[in-house]
Amino acid sequence: MKPTPPSPGLDRRTFLKGLGTSAAVVAAAQGKAMADELNKATPPGPQGPGPVPITLSINGEKKQFTLEPRVTLLDALRNFGPLTGAKEVCDRGMCGACSVLLNGKLIYACMKLAIDAQGHEITTVEGLAKNGQLTPVQQAFIDCDALMCGFCTPGFVMATTALLNSNPKPTEAEIRTACSGNLCRCGTYPHVIKAALKASGQAVAETTTVINHGSVA
Amino acid sequence: MAAWPDSPQSLGKPTSRVDGVAKVTGAAKYTYDVQPDGWLYGMILRSKWPAAKVTKIDLSKAQAMPGVKAAVLAGGEQRTVRFYGQELAAVAATTKQQALDAIRAIEVTAEPLPFVVKEDDAIKPDSPPVGDGPNLSQPKVDSKGDPNIDALFTSAAAVCEAELRTPVQLHHALETHGNTVSVQGDHVVAWASTQGIFSVRDGLAGNLGMPQSNIQVICDHMGGGFGAKFSPGVHGGLAAQLSKAAGAPVKLMLTRLDEGLAVGNRPSSIQKLKFAAGADGKLIAADVENHGSPGISGSRKTAGGGGGADIALPYIYNFPNVHSQQFGVIMNTGPASAFRAPGHPPASFGTESMIDDLAVKLNMDPLQFRLLNDGNPTRQREYKEGAEKFGWTAKYKKPGSDPGPIKTGIGCAGATWGGGGKGSEAQVQINPDATVEVRCGTQDLGTGSRTVVAIVAAEAFGLRPDQIKVKIGDTNLPFSGGSGGSSTTASMSPAVWDTCQNALTALQTQTGVADARGAAWPDACKKLGINPLTAQGKWQEGFSSSGAGGVNFAEVEVDTETGHVRVKKVVAVHDCGLIINPLATTSQINGGVMCGIGYALYEERIMDRQTGLLLNTNFDSYKITNIADCPEIEVILINMPERGVIGIGEPAVIPPAGAIANAVANAIGVRVHSLPITPAKVLAALGKVPNVTAV
Repeated sequence: MKPTPPSPGLDRRTFLKGLGTSAAVVAAAQGKAMADELNKATPPGPQGPGPVPITLSINGEKKQFTLEPRVTLLDALRNFGPLTGAKEVCDRGMCGACSVLLNGKLIYACMKLAIDAQGHEITTVEGLAKNGQLTPVQQAFIDCDALMCGFCTPGFVMATTALLNSNPKPTEAEIRTACSGNLCRCGTYPHVIKAALKASGQAVAETTTVINHGSVA
Repeated sequence: MAAWPDSPQSLGKPTSRVDGVAKVTGAAKYTYDVQPDGWLYGMILRSKWPAAKVTKIDLSKAQAMPGVKAAVLAGGEQRTVRFYGQELAAVAATTKQQALDAIRAIEVTAEPLPFVVKEDDAIKPDSPPVGDGPNLSQPKVDSKGDPNIDALFTSAAAVCEAELRTPVQLHHALETHGNTVSVQGDHVVAWASTQGIFSVRDGLAGNLGMPQSNIQVICDHMGGGFGAKFSPGVHGGLAAQLSKAAGAPVKLMLTRLDEGLAVGNRPSSIQKLKFAAGADGKLIAADVENHGSPGISGSRKTAGGGGGADIALPYIYNFPNVHSQQFGVIMNTGPASAFRAPGHPPASFGTESMIDDLAVKLNMDPLQFRLLNDGNPTRQREYKEGAEKFGWTAKYKKPGSDPGPIKTGIGCAGATWGGGGKGSEAQVQINPDATVEVRCGTQDLGTGSRTVVAIVAAEAFGLRPDQIKVKIGDTNLPFSGGSGGSSTTASMSPAVWDTCQNALTALQTQTGVADARGAAWPDACKKLGINPLTAQGKWQEGFSSSGAGGVNFAEVEVDTETGHVRVKKVVAVHDCGLIINPLATTSQINGGVMCGIGYALYEERIMDRQTGLLLNTNFDSYKITNIADCPEIEVILINMPERGVIGIGEPAVIPPAGAIANAVANAIGVRVHSLPITPAKVLAALGKVPNVTAV
């Protein structure tokens, strides 16, 4: 299962790690930092249920929305963005087709409310290529035919990008782990592994043999 | 016979997809992504009962809600619904959230009726009738050879008899079914996630009572179909009715839950198989009986039940004597539809399991037993090539003889499929600036058909595939049929080739250039002056054929303490005539293996006997394979250009389940008789836990 961390600043693991064993004072300070962080993103008081102003920073651009607090980040991107690269497939954090980066960390956009994504830098698949120049991951996906119908592809490209950002030369086992939160019904997984190896500058084995029927067996 | 070029430049070369950039950047617009101006969000209210008499559906509260622009009934107010998930009504609203609220505000009054959702229950004479009579169909009976088949079993050297079961498998294409329909007066534009733009057009024309010529269906990119996406569906008709009522485009894409309920599945099978062979290892007789359920789409009056429940038994083997009976079982579950190689994966699993058991009984190597009994010369060669690559002889051990708690086993299985094509048309436009546009009303389901068009045109003109602009997925383009049964490449490639040959001839005649191909191309095009050249063409005999084989070798590891099965390696050997793009062909075969692993080990639609509801509603509980399940896959392609183009989509998915089941039996020394081969079934087969039947 791919980790779906809460917002940085609210990261429970970091928070708990920061606690140490008996540092109540530190905890209180952390708690205040958390509250400050929250207040920056959202004004105090209850939000909704009607539409509220929401500002998202997407692919380096600030965008204003008026959304009900129950709208997910995926919905906001796709139906109000409109950035339709991230795909809606399961809508319940099970398939990874909606994967985006939140401050560089991989998350499922269907599992985060848009209102909670405020104050963070969101990168979608549309934000990877700069000036029409594909990233090595995108180019490797094309070269290795790591896509078929392509509906899962934005998610796999984001998952592989996140992996290589933190681990520039992953092993095949690490690629399998990093991409195991993404599903592909066409079953192009073997080529995804190849693409991730290729994008990280590693050798890719040829696994197809073509035999001409006319030739002697 | 007309022929493809002897020394092709583009055909047969690994070619990356011409729409690859669009797909890796998020620029590719799928039906799910299309957002015409003023579009509304459509959503369907479905029956929460597996069977009920509906007396009232009150839309008034929903209609009065904020953002709601239209609400329609799916099939009248007073009606009988016959499965959980059957469509009752639909709404269109400005946002998804408003649509969701409106759906919840619709009030339905209904009286629940008795229902049945399990094959074993539905077969019983006292089972609640799903339709107007018994749930069991008339048998479809087939026989050949000696009518007294029982006597042959008595005298045979080896007889194997078993009941084998396969589950209902759900398609679960990642892009759910759906359409965006814009009814504008007497003209309609519909974006469809479909395998057949023309069949969607004709379906919508019927639904709206409009001429087919007034409807344009577009499918630029689509997120997988696997056989279930040919008609506009009930949901497409509802999108059209909502658009008409609201006066705005309506996007109605199904939810993942909907996808498991109402838009198709692979029928189940309960196969009673009895095979006999002589001491010489030759097959003698097969007595087969199958009960399969296509849900409500079965018919008791049709022999075999209809709805796709009958399967190809005893599959690929040459039994001189066969007695076969096929029954359909109707249940209160969603309708079946074609699913990648309809009827073949279950038949392959059942048949290949019994073939291996017979070989073991005769003390023969299962591969040798197949070579002795499979008369197909292509598969014979495929078995030999594959066995060498796989290392079959060195790896084969007696069943269950691997020591230790984690046991390795190997198995193999074969496939057959028709494929082939016809009927496609195409058009090409050559511009004075040397650009080329090829137009064909086919669609690309992810198979790479758009790239195939580019490769074939590039071959004809001596250009590179990336120099060809390909327009597909629009009913305003020349006709091409639905993409099913591995027929697309075999249908459109000859049409594109014919069109390009006509264009080349016209270009050369018009410009006086003797050979306009390759380096001469830009100058020849320039000589056209100011008018582009347009040419038509169509599918011609001689460039395609039908009939493909295919075999799989699988190696698995079974943990006899946990029951977990891991597929370690698969060698997939396939033929599909002339291979146009080995890269995309490999992808298709990889995908067939992965889907086959899902069918073998994980996938099963589970209906609840008590409530009649679907229990595994999303990917957390309906498990499809993920990248961690991916074995080492080696693909061997037997290229047969002399046969023309055939198609590979279906054969690739047929043999994995049989090969894996045989590998599991070889590893642990006992057979698991039903798919999916779950840890619980493995442990039960080993006698370590009680045999649990579904509740």
